[in-house]
Amino acid sequence: MTSIMDQETFDCRVAFADTLVALAKDDPRIVAVCNDSVGSSNLGAFGKLFPKRLINVGIAEQDMVGVAAGLANGGFIPFVSCASPFLTARALEQIKADVAYSQYPVILCGQSPGMSYGELGPTHHSIEDITLMRALSGMTILVPADPAQTEAAVRWAAQAGKPVFMRVGRFKVPSVSSAGAKFKVGVAECLREGKQATIIATGTLVSRALAAAESLAQDGVSVRVLNMATIEPLDKEAVLAAARETGHIVTVEEAIVRGGLGSAVAEVVVQNAPVPMRLLGVPHFAPTGSAAFLLDHFGLNAEGITKAVKDLLA
Amino acid sequence: MIDLRAKIAASPPEVQAALLKDLAAEIRISVVEMIARAKLGHIGGDFSVTDIMTTLFFGVMKIDPKNPTWPERDRFILSKGHCSAALYSVLARLEFFPAALLKTFMAPLSPLNGHPNRLKVPGVEANTGPLGHGLPIAVGCAMAAKLAEQSWRTFVVLGDGELQEGSNWEAAMAASHRGLDNLVAVVDRNRLQQGAGTEETNRLEPLDEKWRSFGWDVVDINGHDHAALLEAFQPQATGRPRCVIAQTIKGKGVSFIENRAEWHHKVPSPEQVTAALEELAAR
Repeated sequence: MTSIMDQETFDCRVAFADTLVALAKDDPRIVAVCNDSVGSSNLGAFGKLFPKRLINVGIAEQDMVGVAAGLANGGFIPFVSCASPFLTARALEQIKADVAYSQYPVILCGQSPGMSYGELGPTHHSIEDITLMRALSGMTILVPADPAQTEAAVRWAAQAGKPVFMRVGRFKVPSVSSAGAKFKVGVAECLREGKQATIIATGTLVSRALAAAESLAQDGVSVRVLNMATIEPLDKEAVLAAARETGHIVTVEEAIVRGGLGSAVAEVVVQNAPVPMRLLGVPHFAPTGSAAFLLDHFGLNAEGITKAVKDLLA
Repeated sequence: MIDLRAKIAASPPEVQAALLKDLAAEIRISVVEMIARAKLGHIGGDFSVTDIMTTLFFGVMKIDPKNPTWPERDRFILSKGHCSAALYSVLARLEFFPAALLKTFMAPLSPLNGHPNRLKVPGVEANTGPLGHGLPIAVGCAMAAKLAEQSWRTFVVLGDGELQEGSNWEAAMAASHRGLDNLVAVVDRNRLQQGAGTEETNRLEPLDEKWRSFGWDVVDINGHDHAALLEAFQPQATGRPRCVIAQTIKGKGVSFIENRAEWHHKVPSPEQVTAALEELAAR
């Protein structure tokens, strides 16, 4: 069997943009709002087909989010598409007041999240976005792991009628969705059964979690792998089942370890079924390097995840 | 009170202005009563914005209090959300909700929070409070009407001090770039912010030139003159958004509150409440 890491990889922005175009053809309420990010959001085709419905406010993220709330007030379904750091950090108060607290159905699409801007450095990384969005009540948080999940997330968000934040990955990933699997918001997908520990991963790191599980299996260690594509609302049942049935949990995310997926899982575990855990993620602002280099640098790869599971079981 | 709106609409201009003036006095009395009961509120700004809001809601906007989410309604956004007592008083007078609710202003679990919540109060369009949020939202509303090829208009009231927030100027650029002549931004130009004058804090003047240079159609009027306000709010097919700089007096209507920075959110004593109500009733 070839490793998942040897399979073809995809940029999820393509699935995002294609799905948005497909939806917009059928629903005139769908508009795209961006901040001079037509190219980086892959919205060129959308703009050609629906020039009036591509609203580029220029480099003005606070205005961008407020405008989206106003468009939602006027009956439109705005997909705000912007590099995740500038969306979630620069416009955080607008996201809090105009979208989350006002409960306007705005879909915030954090493009190129995590460390996918690599060498451009921490100003352009968005390791904080999951933590920031988790602090806002009423915000659904989706981190699709591959193109199929990205498409499903966009389709779900368009009809959700409530605030949604989703990461749209630039870092190329293999397909991890099981053939025919349906992405259900709020439901973790079990990609691999196992008995001794569970790796709960999200986004770019799901494929690496699977590779770690393959490696561990060769060493006789049986590990469950959950793809947690919905961070909020978290699939608490799947987390508790993992704790009770496998006794050890390792979480893995391309995000700051404080307040992200690992924290969300730990909040459930410590209050209901305490078991030993390891939280893998980005520990601090990254040094210079490509996205791939930085993931390896921080041990966010099969080797690092394998080591964490073994340490936990030792 | 839809009848009252119809009566105003059917009246000649000078009668309209007189009716609006009476209504504004009622609204100010309601504000005093709410703030006296809650022992909280922003009386200075409530009073400076009362004539603007009264004119819009009773004399200008296309709204239906019985159907507050009517898709073709005109939108009103109070960017200076701390002046919620004035907004709630206007909405109650129009029967968006029962006037008895005003007695719960800022009481525990009341829908009438210190800053308005659209999910709890019919007639509120956006949960404002942090400054610099209303204009971007209003720009989005105006874009929505244009995209949908509908004729409803959007009105947003901005505090003058709030113009120190940069997000307003992001939105000001976007509105003129898109030719949103279905958008009216009203600046409540009372020249005082929380702690001091706007000009000594972070100068806004020349304010009309600022808006003009951003591509807006600007008028500068007396913000307590109902006839002037009515005229300024008439639809304009200029291809440009309109900015109404409404010269106002913070605390307008009660002599000892007028034009004093400390009355931004000072609560009147029982004696001051009596004096304020007497002065307002006499006008």
